[in-house]
Amino acid sequence: MVTERDYNRLLTLSFDTPMPYEWSVGIHGSRFFHEIKKHQRFIGIRCPECQKVYVPPRRVCAPCFKELHELVVLPNQGTIRAFSIVNYPFIDPDTGRQRPIPYTYGYIQIEGADNIFSHIINETDIEKIEVGMQVRAVFKAKTDMQGHMSDILHFEIMENPGV
Amino acid sequence: MAQRVAIVGTGQTDHKSHRPDVSQREMIQEAVMRALADCDLTIKDIDAFVIGNMDHFESINYVDTWSVEGAGAIMKPIMKVTTGGTTGSTVAIAAYYHVASGLFDKVLAIGWEKNSESDTTAAIITCSDPIWDRFSYSGAIPSLATEASAYMKQYGATQEDAARVAVRDRNNALNNPHAHLRRPITMEDVMSSPMLAYPIKLLDVCPRTDGACAVVFAAENSAKKICQKPAWVKACSVRHTYTWFGDSSDYTSGLVSLKRASQEAYEKAGIRNPAEELDVAELYLPYTYAGLKWIEDLGFCRPGEGAQFVADGHTNMDGKIPVNPSGGVISTNCIGATALLRVAESAIQIMGKGGNRQVPDVKQAIATGFGGCFWSDVMILGAAMP
Amino acid sequence: MDKIAIIGVAQTRYERRKKDKTYYDLVYEMTRDALVDAGLQISDIDNVVTISNDFMDGRTISSMAVGDAAGAYDKNISTVEGDGTFGAFYGAMRVLSGFKNTLVVAHAKGSEGDNKIITNGMFDPIYQRHLGLESISSSALQANAYMDRYHISEEDIALVSVKNHANAKNNPLAQMPMSLTVDDVMRSNKIADPLKLLDCSPISDGAAAIIIAAEDQVEKAKKKPIWIKGVAHCSDNYFLGDRDLADPRALRKAAKKAYAMAGITKPMEEIDVVELYDAFTYMEPLWLEGLDFCDPGTGIELLKNGVTTMNGPLPVNPSGGVLSAHVVHVAGLARIIESVLQLRGEAGDRQVNGAKTALAHGINGPCGQSHCVWVMSNQK
Repeated sequence: MVTERDYNRLLTLSFDTPMPYEWSVGIHGSRFFHEIKKHQRFIGIRCPECQKVYVPPRRVCAPCFKELHELVVLPNQGTIRAFSIVNYPFIDPDTGRQRPIPYTYGYIQIEGADNIFSHIINETDIEKIEVGMQVRAVFKAKTDMQGHMSDILHFEIMENPGV
Repeated sequence: MAQRVAIVGTGQTDHKSHRPDVSQREMIQEAVMRALADCDLTIKDIDAFVIGNMDHFESINYVDTWSVEGAGAIMKPIMKVTTGGTTGSTVAIAAYYHVASGLFDKVLAIGWEKNSESDTTAAIITCSDPIWDRFSYSGAIPSLATEASAYMKQYGATQEDAARVAVRDRNNALNNPHAHLRRPITMEDVMSSPMLAYPIKLLDVCPRTDGACAVVFAAENSAKKICQKPAWVKACSVRHTYTWFGDSSDYTSGLVSLKRASQEAYEKAGIRNPAEELDVAELYLPYTYAGLKWIEDLGFCRPGEGAQFVADGHTNMDGKIPVNPSGGVISTNCIGATALLRVAESAIQIMGKGGNRQVPDVKQAIATGFGGCFWSDVMILGAAMP
Repeated sequence: MDKIAIIGVAQTRYERRKKDKTYYDLVYEMTRDALVDAGLQISDIDNVVTISNDFMDGRTISSMAVGDAAGAYDKNISTVEGDGTFGAFYGAMRVLSGFKNTLVVAHAKGSEGDNKIITNGMFDPIYQRHLGLESISSSALQANAYMDRYHISEEDIALVSVKNHANAKNNPLAQMPMSLTVDDVMRSNKIADPLKLLDCSPISDGAAAIIIAAEDQVEKAKKKPIWIKGVAHCSDNYFLGDRDLADPRALRKAAKKAYAMAGITKPMEEIDVVELYDAFTYMEPLWLEGLDFCDPGTGIELLKNGVTTMNGPLPVNPSGGVLSAHVVHVAGLARIIESVLQLRGEAGDRQVNGAKTALAHGINGPCGQSHCVWVMSNQK
């Protein structure tokens, strides 16, 4: 059996190289971020066959295998369909640093869309958040926007939904 | 015409949280040697290899060519198949097709992972779409937790219901000399373990393991000569349905990929009432709530009845459809190998080599794989040649 | 082996950077185009094999990005991470096992990651990675070993660059069509001795797809089916020092097996056109030796004697080869596709007249550690 005494003769080697990438966002995705920056609004895209609306907009409706073109403006709010309050520390591979915890990972159905938008909800008290609550998007200052998901700061629970 | 294919031997390492005594290749070789010994073959008898793991865990590009010394594949054909958590079952299915095609007679499927050597969470986070999902995604646990929270809301299942699954699997592991976690736990242990991401607690979820698994697939004529009781592949089916995590969240319709994959597999295998016709199930349950929810998707019971089905003991070793006699994923999770272990353990049950964890008289077994974006693989094995 | 055929193909134009396209876009477009080429609907496809590489995409489980785009929403799907020739072989095995039509689609964008770090990642983390070995420097080692043993000069291998870049002028999809002289190649920047800039393949973005069909599905095909006669692959040892880099024995073994399956006993006479994986100039003569077209060390004579030029008896890489467009993993699939186009008579200005049997070849791993050989014919 291997014990701590053996560790002196059993060596390890560390590897710690950052790997840079520059991904294309694509035509529809880029439009989504431009709309957020210019108008602080969400846009989705509708499938001509099944009529499903997807946000963010995508090129193809997978079940129908049809190419999508019809952009749709959507409100900045929606319903929490599922969430989880993340409580364990971990390194964010995008930054190499720990992401601040706790934070709430939320699945939000934007009003008028048929799929789920994943983002952060700014409520981390399990007593105060529930599936079915209405939430609205809160944006960064326009001048700070970069064309990135973080241009949407987070979603916040609406006090008086339906207004 | 497709050849009929059977599993004739399996091998796995003794899974541990840390194996500082072996390098990655050496660990692979252990599993390979054990698999060969299990069916009395030598490496010369193997015609082709299929191997898989998750790249960013060990940070090795081109794992197939890198592994040849450990896999025994020098001057032989080797191919890399990898699909995240489902890798192990995808590798098994690829090995099956290698043989079914008629081009190879004996093929070795290898799955492995040395989780202790990587930052598992950071690596898993890179599976999410970098533009849309990675900002909020923090690994498998929270995304599974979303599924659990929706399920609890929909059907009123409780954390205690889920804890029952952990107690079952972890206690089964006591019968499995290879399993990683081999200490019994109680409901109280689970309920008092730290909350990682509501409602998933530490003991609700799988560990990180260093381990490897190898499985030998053989064409019908060879299979009959090599093994007394080979485990015949009756059906396999795969549904890797989604690209973005948000798409997988119509929780009212269950785990869609598992439903569809299992339906197709049952059809191919001629199974109409899975809970009755299957004798054992090795299911890829990465966390406890899956043990309530996904057995509904597999058709063992109706939607919403999973918790009661488990509470009534139907999935215990002496129940109608024993689930995870090996201890399952909650007791051992070396990701690239985990799904392959489900196939190997099902084969072990059919071959009658299960020792203390043997379920008596197994004629049909089901192995499932899970991973990626709520993807599922299903393989059904049988004692009778199809 | 049962009779199976390739009935649909599609390739993108190969470019240095496709800034407007995501992996999803590329795979969708190739799926769509291959279906059109085959005259099929997405519902005719019963299973999909995607090909990608986690390091290239910067994403573990890189297949996740493209399953939907490949029309695999409710289908059996798998993923091979390796060269296109290997993935296509898996697709072929699935057809032989009972599927009707397998779609095989590969993508990569060399422009989006750091290729040096990515290819450094294929070297052993404990013994080799810190040396900074990556694809060019390791291939330079192989080039030196090969050229030293057989007294091949840099001017000799420069001829391959001249031929293939010139061939690329006939290929509207190629990234680097060029009219070069040996002098141009010799004067290009030395990157890793003996390899100069023009000895090396470029970095490219692109995607490709093929559809493999079972015999009874072939009548639906719009175009002439191209029959798969023999396929085999084989891997050599891993550590560069454990191998004889100048001796492509794994390729020889794979080729032997593929030829046996296809009933070929005299490759030089029976094969009409070759598309091989020339990631670097020295690889073309080296692989020709491994493919048994000539004796060891004489590969470059085939070019010098005009055998492998467009007008010769065995044109090699009429498409311009990998030297003219190198999308990692896609390039092997492109070799298969170019062969299909040749055998269909659809190769336009790069057509080898009367081609009946073609050979396509792909490599995987450092310095061509693993090879996959395909023999195809337009005769059933």
